[in-house]
Amino acid sequence: MFTSSIGKKYLMALTGFVLIGFVFVHMAGNLQILMGPEKINAYAHALQSLPMPILWGSRIFLLVCVVLHAWTAIVLIRENRAARPRENDVEVTKRAGLSSLKMGLTGTILLFFIVFHLLHFTVRAVYPEYDDLMTTVGAPEGMEVHNVYSMVLAGFQHTWVSVFYVISMFLLCGHLGHGFSSVFQSLGIRSESWRNKIDWAAKGYAWLIFLGFSIVPILVIGQKFDLISFFEPSLFSEPLAMR
Amino acid sequence: MNLILKVWRQDGADDEGRFETHQINGVSEDSSFLEMMDQLNEQLLEEGNEPILFDHDCREGVCGTCSLTINGFAHGPENSTTTCQLHMRKFSDGETITVEPFRARAFPVVRDLVVDRSAFDRITQAGGFITVRTGSAPDGNALPVPKDDSDKAMDAAACIGCGACVASCKNASAMLFTAAKAGHLNLLPQGQAEKDKRVLSMVSAMDKSGFGNCRNYGECSAACPKDISLDYIAKLNRDHVKAKIKKIFA
Repeated sequence: MFTSSIGKKYLMALTGFVLIGFVFVHMAGNLQILMGPEKINAYAHALQSLPMPILWGSRIFLLVCVVLHAWTAIVLIRENRAARPRENDVEVTKRAGLSSLKMGLTGTILLFFIVFHLLHFTVRAVYPEYDDLMTTVGAPEGMEVHNVYSMVLAGFQHTWVSVFYVISMFLLCGHLGHGFSSVFQSLGIRSESWRNKIDWAAKGYAWLIFLGFSIVPILVIGQKFDLISFFEPSLFSEPLAMR
Repeated sequence: MNLILKVWRQDGADDEGRFETHQINGVSEDSSFLEMMDQLNEQLLEEGNEPILFDHDCREGVCGTCSLTINGFAHGPENSTTTCQLHMRKFSDGETITVEPFRARAFPVVRDLVVDRSAFDRITQAGGFITVRTGSAPDGNALPVPKDDSDKAMDAAACIGCGACVASCKNASAMLFTAAKAGHLNLLPQGQAEKDKRVLSMVSAMDKSGFGNCRNYGECSAACPKDISLDYIAKLNRDHVKAKIKKIFA
């Protein structure tokens, strides 16, 4: 099923489609941080308390999608390079946009980003002290939950971390700009009359994802340098003290 | 017009190849690109040099024999135009023009600018036909074909098999050619009986020939002298998944 050239494109499209959907859910979940610590902590706690098979099932499913997506990309790129051993002396491009030409580059950087992001906020290996952030805010009666709110504020107060996240989200925006519309083409559910609409939807979606993810590190950095005051000052400086 | 031509020379498939630069003077603006190449070859012969080999046949833009990547564009910078229909007035006096063969592993260079495009023939032989009993022609109205379908089939059938799609693709993918040849028949009632088999074997022949994979750049369609749309690639993808699934459950 997935061995032919077209089959490999289905695999790229199907795994890409899952990840396109995932980033939206992830972004919508993240945005709850703008509504205060109760919301985001309770949401994170609810996700963590999902039954084991559902929690780990989804995690493994997403991980398998990322691995298949990256692995298929490597196979495709190797075949494509072999198919055109010598470039034209004068190499020109008539229609393809930058985002479509740089899918391999943006994808590679995003893969590194995913690894870092998991180590940063999920495994918490980059700053192990995030593990000790516990709070009763947003927790059920008589319980302590992980203080995701403080962790995110602390995480993004490192300027280099925020810069890396925002740049990565910009690259994700480019990757989605081509990827979203490519899903439809590769699966064969696109026609010339829909092409422009799908391309615009892809661009809109890509920018929405960029803004939705970037707003949090941008607000944190803005407040760090006293440019804006969005987060509760006491809650904002608390994680600083922890560092 | 006076021009400087930077032309690819290659003695054979195994030769590494190199660029040669030639000055050519007194080119008429009304001559076609191939007529300019003829003029250059006459000049080379007079100087006692080997002429440059290039493919050409009808010189009317319908046979698909001419090729050439001109200044990086397959069939030159003009849209919807084959090299033989490209006129020298589209270039400026004193310009340096780079002429290269269509580059792809599946299109090995025979000599100079001539490439072997028989990989396309193998794709066509794999399924670009319908199996019918030959004999007297059937009645024209015996088989109704909706106007929309016949229009779309004719748009796909406009493919002249020149290989500009492969040459312009960064991955040397033959998807637009294969999609046009399969789509043309798959759209018509005559093509239905062998539709699934056609799609699977044509794609398999394409993969075996060493073409690259489609990355949805759209460069092929932009370079196509017959403006074949990317819709046919989407249709080929659709028909391929249907055929695969049917095969699994057959």
